[in-house]
Amino acid sequence: MTAFLIANIAPLMFAALVVVLLIGYPVSFALGAVGIGFGLLGIELGLLQPTLLQALPERIWGVMSNETLLAVPFFTFMGLILERSGMAEDLLDTIGQLFGPVRGGLGYAVIFVGALLAATTGVVAASVISMGLISLPIMLRYGYDRRLASGVIAASGTLAQIIPPSLVLIIMADQLGRSVGDMYAGAFIPGLTLAGMYAAYVIGCTIVKPEWAPALPVEARTMREPDGSSGNRSLLVLTILSVAAAAAYWLIYYDQYNPDTATDERVVMTMAVGVGTAFFASVVNRLLGFGLLSKIAERATFVLIPPLALIFLVLGTIFLGVATPTEGGAMGATGALIMALGRRRLSLSLLRQAMNTTAKLATFVVFILIGARVFSLTFYGVNGHVWVEHLLTGLPGGQLGFLIVVNILIFVLAFFLDFFELSFIIIPLIGPVADKLGIDLVWFGILLAVNMQTSFMHPPFGFALFFLRSVAPAKEYKDRVTGRLTAPVTTGQIYWGAVPFVLIQVVMVGLIIGFPGLVSGGLATKEKIDIRNIRIEVPTEQLGPGGRRTRGSLEQDDASKALEEAFGSEEPAAGKAPEAVPNAPEAASPAAPK
Amino acid sequence: MAALDATDAAQELPTPEEEIPVNALLALSRLIDRLSERVGHTIYWLVLVAVLISAANATVRKIFNYSSNSFLEIQWYLFSLIFLFCAGYTLKHNEHVRIDIITGRLSARARASIDIFGTLVFLLPMAALLMYLSWPVFVDAWTRHEVSTNAGGLIIWPARLMVPIGFLLLILQGLSELIKRIAFLKGMIPDPSEKHAERTAEEELAAEILRSRGDLAIAEEIEDIGVGREDKS
Repeated sequence: MTAFLIANIAPLMFAALVVVLLIGYPVSFALGAVGIGFGLLGIELGLLQPTLLQALPERIWGVMSNETLLAVPFFTFMGLILERSGMAEDLLDTIGQLFGPVRGGLGYAVIFVGALLAATTGVVAASVISMGLISLPIMLRYGYDRRLASGVIAASGTLAQIIPPSLVLIIMADQLGRSVGDMYAGAFIPGLTLAGMYAAYVIGCTIVKPEWAPALPVEARTMREPDGSSGNRSLLVLTILSVAAAAAYWLIYYDQYNPDTATDERVVMTMAVGVGTAFFASVVNRLLGFGLLSKIAERATFVLIPPLALIFLVLGTIFLGVATPTEGGAMGATGALIMALGRRRLSLSLLRQAMNTTAKLATFVVFILIGARVFSLTFYGVNGHVWVEHLLTGLPGGQLGFLIVVNILIFVLAFFLDFFELSFIIIPLIGPVADKLGIDLVWFGILLAVNMQTSFMHPPFGFALFFLRSVAPAKEYKDRVTGRLTAPVTTGQIYWGAVPFVLIQVVMVGLIIGFPGLVSGGLATKEKIDIRNIRIEVPTEQLGPGGRRTRGSLEQDDASKALEEAFGSEEPAAGKAPEAVPNAPEAASPAAPK
Repeated sequence: MAALDATDAAQELPTPEEEIPVNALLALSRLIDRLSERVGHTIYWLVLVAVLISAANATVRKIFNYSSNSFLEIQWYLFSLIFLFCAGYTLKHNEHVRIDIITGRLSARARASIDIFGTLVFLLPMAALLMYLSWPVFVDAWTRHEVSTNAGGLIIWPARLMVPIGFLLLILQGLSELIKRIAFLKGMIPDPSEKHAERTAEEELAAEILRSRGDLAIAEEIEDIGVGREDKS
């Protein structure tokens, strides 16, 4: 019995974790308790040093002093303020009017606004609720297919997970020991590609089943000129003007005079120039009363400015190197506060609620991490990482085999777990293996983030579906505008509507594996971002892996040692300490498969 | 399906706070709950403070080229204060994430039993051990007047002290939850795990959108939205 325990303690510990998590008690405490329980068992069996648990306070200290995680409450708070500022409603109304007259137009509007909201800050629930309350009734009113309508809303809401700044990418960066800036830069193209693929699906639907996504009838187009024309010509001119200004800036300022500028700085500044041009033209037009712009052109410019300004404030400052990702979150949150104040949407009760929700979210997220760190102290002590590594490196097909298995695993787990749990429990286990197989961890993180995005869309537990259900009409109702009785959206329709988008997600995972270049697009600024983050990622001396680590850290008189230790060099820093693993005498590893 | 239908479970039962405590333990539980509320409602203001300090720090650094490590350290001090001191508060609001795909379908009594088991076997031992282990670390920092090694860094013992206090608050709330669950099983109070006392951020958002669009009737019905995170994972 004892011999069996000793030989199989790592797999047993993992099995115990699964059982305990399924009991349904809060994940954080269950994780920690399994770690402590097996720690005591391991000490009893002589596998671990009696002082092992003394390392726990330092583990907590490491979580506390982790500046990257600070971004979690900042972006959460920003999202909570922003969602109540009315920005999303304005966008959906205006962009809906703009695209509506095209077949499938409301679908494109939802995708476009979803991507835009995702780039300001990522809160899936808020996007889905806004779209479900504003766009869905219009789509139903004018005869959109219910599955298509609900699918496109749920999927567009989940774009918040992959388009920076997103919490998934922050946590992924933290767990993989990579910089958040790199993750953000790398995730842009995949995120926009996904939005493009959603749109392509809507296009496909309008071709195959035109009745699924009709154009808005004339009477539904409210933003029209007095003479009844659409006013789109004016908007087109304004767009051409802005694009021309942006292109000129790119070609002249960068190509001619500053050819060495990093790609993402170029993109940020060029977009700023283009948007600035449109804004300037609209303001001049209004102030001087030229009346050159149509209603819709002016509306479109003015509703697009707030989100674009926030995107610039957050992502722009991060990519330009002005702010760290954490500070970018704080800047964005301050910007959102100012905007909400300006729109007279900021009340004390809203502020309290946002702080309250943020504090609770930050707490449960960090506690999952604390639980996971307590768990991993023991798990690494009994060489669980070696066991996992053997399992995964032994797969046929090398890198590709590993990627396929890991992605299937995450895809399946995403039915049950959300990304916090996946990131804190699974990523530290597979990250080091990926690193050992020579996989770029930024790329790997983004690949998994796209995969985890499906966890929001999986029927029946997907978060996005859940929130859509809560705001979609569940009973027959009388439409406010047409007065017609309208059928409800059934839960089955919401589920089936999500399926094509889950498939798109799977295709995207395949595309990223097939074309890794999709991700690495933004890596040009690597050095710059690393310098700013070096404080967080101080790679320290090896402390040795497993149970031989951190012993007697309490006795260390030097506070810097304690801090250094807290800052990493241990297991989640997958990329930082690959050499640590060979230090573990594998032959002596009780868990090594025979 | 179950996950979605759970939304309908909102009940009109009074929250435990409104009940007259029938014995000393329930009175204690009520006292702890009030303490957690007070702490939570005070601490959450630090979210705003941390946001403003961080944004100001980035701005000042860029414009005046001035920065101090103490500004950076105070941010994570505040963050640590938030999550450590709100641990009990979050527990009280049942917002620590659970995976309840299996147990979510069980009866309220079964779930209360699970909570009692989990509190006794998982929460209390873990929190007690962490509190016990982190106390000497604080004492050490206190006696040696340990200061951060970053230039201009802050004194360390306050941050070290947050850990045992945070876990103490968590333990207290754990005890309170335990008392409430047992009292529920004995039929003395209604199900304490229902938490519909206040609207979630999602409900507020939905209600506000509907209000602004004039769908007041529907806004009243929105109460049932988004019962919370534990429904998914």
